Amino acid sequence: MTEARPFPLNAWYAAAWSHEIKHELAARTICNKDMVLYRRSDGQVTALEDACWHRLLPLSMGHLKGDEVVCGYHGLVFNAAGRCTYMPAQKTINPSACVRAYPVAERHRLVWVWPGDPALADPSKIPDFHWNDGTEWVGEGGTFYSLKCDYRLVIDNLMDLTHETYVHAGSIGDEAITSAPFDVTHTDRTATVTRWMTNIEPPPFWAKQLDRPGEHVDRWQIIYFQAPSTVVGDVGVAVTGTGAPQGDRSQGVNGAFLAAITPETDRSCHYFWNFVRTFRTDDEQLTKDINKAHVNEGKGVYDQDHVVLEAQQVAIDKNPRLPFYNLNIDAGALWARKLIDTMLEAEGGHPVHIPSEAAE
Amino acid sequence: MSKQVEWRKGVLRSVRDLTPDIRLFEIEPEGEFVAPTPGSHINVGVQIGERADVRSYSVVGPCTDGLYRIAVKRLPESRGGSLYMWSLVPGAQLSISTPGNHFDLSLGRPEYLLLAGGIGITPIYTMALALAHAGAKFRVLYACRSRQDMALADAMREHVGERLQMFLDEEGARVDHDSEIARLAPGGELYVCGPIGMLEAAKRAWQRSGRPVDQLRFETFGNSGRFATEAFKVKIPRLGMEVEVPPNKTMLETLETAGVAMISDCRRGECGLCALYIIETNGTVDHRDVFFSDEEKAENRKLCTCVSRVAGGDITIDTADRAA
Ligand code: FES
Ligand code: FES
Ligand SMILES: [Fe+2]
Repeated sequence: MTEARPFPLNAWYAAAWSHEIKHELAARTICNKDMVLYRRSDGQVTALEDACWHRLLPLSMGHLKGDEVVCGYHGLVFNAAGRCTYMPAQKTINPSACVRAYPVAERHRLVWVWPGDPALADPSKIPDFHWNDGTEWVGEGGTFYSLKCDYRLVIDNLMDLTHETYVHAGSIGDEAITSAPFDVTHTDRTATVTRWMTNIEPPPFWAKQLDRPGEHVDRWQIIYFQAPSTVVGDVGVAVTGTGAPQGDRSQGVNGAFLAAITPETDRSCHYFWNFVRTFRTDDEQLTKDINKAHVNEGKGVYDQDHVVLEAQQVAIDKNPRLPFYNLNIDAGALWARKLIDTMLEAEGGHPVHIPSEAAE
Repeated sequence: MSKQVEWRKGVLRSVRDLTPDIRLFEIEPEGEFVAPTPGSHINVGVQIGERADVRSYSVVGPCTDGLYRIAVKRLPESRGGSLYMWSLVPGAQLSISTPGNHFDLSLGRPEYLLLAGGIGITPIYTMALALAHAGAKFRVLYACRSRQDMALADAMREHVGERLQMFLDEEGARVDHDSEIARLAPGGELYVCGPIGMLEAAKRAWQRSGRPVDQLRFETFGNSGRFATEAFKVKIPRLGMEVEVPPNKTMLETLETAGVAMISDCRRGECGLCALYIIETNGTVDHRDVFFSDEEKAENRKLCTCVSRVAGGDITIDTADRAA
């Protein structure tokens, strides 16, 4: 059925951190599809449709028996392929009895699921998220589950960092961001926003990490979007005049913000985030502090984004016919949306626009 | 899980005979095209005499061009759906559903054995093409009465080559289920679509092999039995009724029309809800369902009225019309 929806189904989406999925049932909604996830005894992860074939009770309300799920209502049993292996009070099993099994892959410390056509689920299409592997780059990260906004609003947020000046004043925000020119480039699956701010005073967060009092810095933000919904921001500062814009970052500090944003419903998403770095990688206290700087009972920078994003969605819902207007700074976001729309068209869906693009 | 299907209009674009009694129909649906997955069927509204009814037919081939293809075998002694379909000429207006699937093909298994008998080739053909496309390891065993009945064999061979093996009754060829199953890689799956006799033989061999039950997948059309379809009488002493089941109606339909209160769901011999107790019979009960086990069928205590019939005699049954 072709339908209006804001997200492609033929894509890998992060459903959980690997460490969150154990030998127990975990419910997740991904792209409007209710799933139940669990880790089997061979270590692999299974994702099944979270509705019993019999009377639709969520299977996540049942329990595991070995590697099979027992429905918590009348005891039908489904194996990891989603097929019924037991029916009460009869000697045979109805051959139609099954629930959908979704393709699953684990990579970059995340569990990815493919909600669309399983025949197309090629693990080589998992977004490059190697910064999250926990090897060269270090960080802890977290998730905003069920963030109440269209996942594309998060992408907009990350593709344009001028908002740091206003939303995150006092930490990473800086007037320099709003005046620096930037470049937007793209391929058929990626879009990149590159911004260099040369010879500026480092904002408080970076001044502290660099620890070169009095020095001016060159600051970079290179934001890399992979359709449909991962964003990696290569960010950092280096002492001005040491060649960072030309490629020598040895006199600087480098971090990356990572975002895998998974549509939950048309108006909510799961936002898997991390901030990783290549400096002081064995400083565990720093890892904790950085995490806290992002999410800390409402006071972190991502908490600030969270408030803005949900408020924005409420306003969109209240003003369904009001268009967004787009500015020059939205070029990265518009490229990202265009790549998403291309994916949607390719699978026969109709992009639904949150009232936007009207001003193009 | 099969999705809810939707009804819409369609136009018969063309027909082509694949064999003397199997005809391919190309149907263009109105509105947006919902692509079928391997193993899917569409429902078609048919007219049987005065009565409107519904038949399900497996979709043939990937149908990526916006046309649904189904193949219908003409069964003169059947319930009339096939005769209606065969009466249609291109341009005919039809009422069809979007695809549903009770016979899903799971990808990613180490190997597949596909087994088709007669018109059961329709979903198997589609699966074979999909597996070939996916680069999977598989074999197709296709049993037919005679060379002239081999619908879709040439078309399939083009795509799957030597992986297709034919078994013709007229040449005395028989599928050896045990040894074919033994050759299948561990974790491999068997998909069967064909007459009930073939299915039961395959099920028994699968059971003997000790492989997990869920790795045997099958679909029955619920309309083939071990005996020819003929009329039979049904007596219901509890209700003081006697009705005759004609060859072109099921026992369930006949009882419903006669006003007997019945429950049913799948109407293809899977769920067991339509089953009634057998009091006695002077014929042979032709169990055509997949709900009862072999032992239960041998006991002859109950029969699934939506598909099963009686051959060579009449039957006396009991209904549930009592307080307790
Ligand atoms: S609802 Fe799951 S067994 Fe009945
Ligand atoms: S109605 Fe399901 S077996 Fe007869
Ligand atoms: Fe932000």
